[in-house]
Amino acid sequence: MAFNYDQYIRGGKLPHIWCPGCTYGIVFKSILRVIDSMKLNRDDIAMVSGIGCASRLPGYVDFNTLHTTHGRALAFATGLKMAKPDKHVMVVSGDGDATAIGGNHFIHACRRNIDITVMVFNNFIYGMTGGQYSPTTPSGHLATTMPYGNVDPSFNIPELAKGAGASFVARGTAYHAAGLDRLIIEAIQHKGLSVVEIINACPTTHGRRNKFKSPTDMLLWMKDTFLPVAAFDKLPAEKTAGKFPMGVLYRKEGMPEYCETYYGMAERVRKQKEGRA
Amino acid sequence: MGQIKLLQGNEACSEGALYAGCNFFAGYPITPSTEVAEYLARRLPLIGGAFLQMEDEIAAMAAVIGGALAGCKTLTATSGPGFSLKQENMGFAMLTEVPCVIVNVMRGGPSTGVPTGPGQSDIMQCKWGTHGDHPVICLTPAYVQEIFTETVRAFNLSEKYRTPVIIAFDEIVGHMRERIEIPDKGVLPVVDRTKPTCPPSEYLPYDDSKGDVPAMANFFEGYRYHVTGLNHGTDGFPVNASPRIHTDELRLMRKVEANKAEIIKYEEYLLADAEVAVFAYGVSGRSAKTAVEQARAEGIKAGLFRPLTIWPFPEQEVAALSARVRGIVVPELSLGQIIFEVDRCAKGRCKIEGIYRVDGDPITPAQILAKVKEVK
Ligand SMILES: Cc1ncc(C[n+]2csc(CCOP(=O)(O)OP(=O)(O)O)c2C)c(N)n1
Ligand code: SF4
Ligand SMILES: [Mg+2]
Repeated sequence: MAFNYDQYIRGGKLPHIWCPGCTYGIVFKSILRVIDSMKLNRDDIAMVSGIGCASRLPGYVDFNTLHTTHGRALAFATGLKMAKPDKHVMVVSGDGDATAIGGNHFIHACRRNIDITVMVFNNFIYGMTGGQYSPTTPSGHLATTMPYGNVDPSFNIPELAKGAGASFVARGTAYHAAGLDRLIIEAIQHKGLSVVEIINACPTTHGRRNKFKSPTDMLLWMKDTFLPVAAFDKLPAEKTAGKFPMGVLYRKEGMPEYCETYYGMAERVRKQKEGRA
Repeated sequence: MGQIKLLQGNEACSEGALYAGCNFFAGYPITPSTEVAEYLARRLPLIGGAFLQMEDEIAAMAAVIGGALAGCKTLTATSGPGFSLKQENMGFAMLTEVPCVIVNVMRGGPSTGVPTGPGQSDIMQCKWGTHGDHPVICLTPAYVQEIFTETVRAFNLSEKYRTPVIIAFDEIVGHMRERIEIPDKGVLPVVDRTKPTCPPSEYLPYDDSKGDVPAMANFFEGYRYHVTGLNHGTDGFPVNASPRIHTDELRLMRKVEANKAEIIKYEEYLLADAEVAVFAYGVSGRSAKTAVEQARAEGIKAGLFRPLTIWPFPEQEVAALSARVRGIVVPELSLGQIIFEVDRCAKGRCKIEGIYRVDGDPITPAQILAKVKEVK
């Protein structure tokens, strides 16, 4: 039987704002399948976002949802998680939201290794505001604010997350949707900060200006560009140019999780104090 | 019997927060407010509360809103530059109606200004700092004891009206040590937000049909709803170009406007027969009190109006005062901000004279006395 997405979608909230050909819908469905397969109690889930096309996702889903200010989702999420450490806190963010205006919150959430699942929808562009370059826009690509080709070097989001201390880092794509389900499941199961970079396509403000004739072309580009990490690692060095690994790129179990460490400390000092009294 | 303590203003603020039930603090260190954080960093773990030193003030304000949505009573404290950074998310809390308390221990500014000196030049920022029309409650205690009680009141107002409340005092009262009495539990009222009683399926987070302050469900308690900084309908979901935006913005303002009688608080000192009034808050209010006493000793009929709530501004009270006195002297540690509010309410009914100072020292009673004599 076909999966019933409606059970998780708030009544009357569709149609969504996303353009025809936008791949966000594919990822949206993946997230709902994952939450269903994990049998998470929806009252225990908070989905937090910043501002951007990606960040509109929480508005459609039947959880505790928080659509915040541009870039700040992780800081709001940190507050929720510290207040209720036993709940599932998930963040949906765009490439600009997470790594430009929210870059500082991103690296510090990674450093704390607080148990939040961060899904960064990387479409290589500021979609919502109409196609300005972002910290992940490839070099030479056209954007409304790089009309002669992008000269701004770009971030590698998984490397950034790993370097900042995230204990689970993965990359999936909207094209490889089945694989994406598995990555998101692992990310949610992982205790600590998990980052899943999800490669997306914005045909409206990025593809159109950059020689992708159709949204399908953009999906085919994903198919050719992203290889399972094992396959990628087997490539001879000269063949890796223009290719990127996907899958679980980094995982470290047993790293201290922030809420556990904090409340463990609180418990210890409270007992010490009671012992003395 | 309560507890007698010798505390700094900043510490009294932390004690007031704990008394009011604060169990969540997020901040970023900045002089002259840091002691609020340091005090709570010691105390909150002992009661199982959350303490977070975030990566900046923007994050601290965000975390405090997150914590409040999950049911905590939350506080952040900052000064000048940090207060500027909090503004966007303060506006978010105002529009989304999330209770929380923001302390601004005012220093000299603009920019890095005088980190270790007192200031009162953020007072208009307290009102207008975030963009758009928005309701503001801002309290201005002047004594260490008052910082304690006003902090309790700030939490209560915030919970009752579902809106962030600012407490603005200056470096001098923040750092000054005075004897205070911390009352026993139950002596001061402690207010908690009104939670919904309807079943989750019927819950509208911004229902305005039963009054201006909708019941607030906490996250994770079965009422799954949406919170957004976009203008929204009663169900919390975004609306665009709708008459609802207009009426809802009016409701937000009305939460404060219609409840001024409860929110506005002030001290009137020797005002009954006064011919000259001094309008002053915070440390300037303390100097003014001495100046008024000195004036009285010289036979000058002077009195003090000292607001403990600066926003909403005590418009009616100042208007009435302006009709009874020859002049109002307004000392403030700025180059003239709150004087415009006094002037606006006085509508030319009496003389208005300012005393401005931004050199890092407080306005002295002698300065105020001299001006009182000029006005008399
Ligand atoms: C403080 C602030 N600055 C700028 C904006 C305008 N803005 C809205 S969305 C956006 C970019 C979003 O890009 P991204 O995060 O990549 O998300 P996408 O729309 O591509 O999904 C910008 C710059 C804003 N809302 N707030
Ligand atoms: S502008 Fe781009 S990212 Fe935004 S909805 Fe359209 S296609 Fe998707
Ligand atoms: Mg983007």
